Amino acid sequence: MLLARVVGTVVCARKDAGLTGTKLLVIQPIKTDRTPHGKALVAVDSVGAGAAEEVIYVRGREASFPFLPAEVPADAAIVGIVDRIHIGS
Amino acid sequence: MLIGRVVGNLVATQKYAKLEGAKLLLVQPLDLAGKDRGTTILAIDGVDAGPGDRVLVVQDGRAAQLVLGKGTSAVDAAVVGVVDAVDLQG
Repeated sequence: MLLARVVGTVVCARKDAGLTGTKLLVIQPIKTDRTPHGKALVAVDSVGAGAAEEVIYVRGREASFPFLPAEVPADAAIVGIVDRIHIGS
Repeated sequence: MLIGRVVGNLVATQKYAKLEGAKLLLVQPLDLAGKDRGTTILAIDGVDAGPGDRVLVVQDGRAAQLVLGKGTSAVDAAVVGVVDAVDLQG
């Protein structure tokens, strides 16, 4: 799982039937010091995340698991909203 | 998922059997500013997209197989949406 910040939303009227009713968010991966890291991507939201929130996301086939038994064709999914990050003792 | 632009399609008479009837699109990945980034990728079309369309692309085997709908298949990318709008905060 990886950290990211929600930076936007995507609207698609025409989409695969499996994506109907899902929320698509643009997320920017971040490091633990909250600086951007790598390229932004689009992820399906499974936890009700919103603008500017820090989130946990998964990539790959596991991204479709939060929606089971629905078969959602996603390769990235937001699976948590970060409350706080604690590093060190 | 990434956002890209359909720049063309591709015809292959001889291909993996489960790709029979699937439309293959050439998609140029875009950055958030809408500029090209990286190399063009090949994806099956799940939404009847066409050249010039800004699209949402999955790059994962399971997701692409769900779009193809033929069970386990040798596909790893699919177009799953036509993007109407991207709203960025700040």
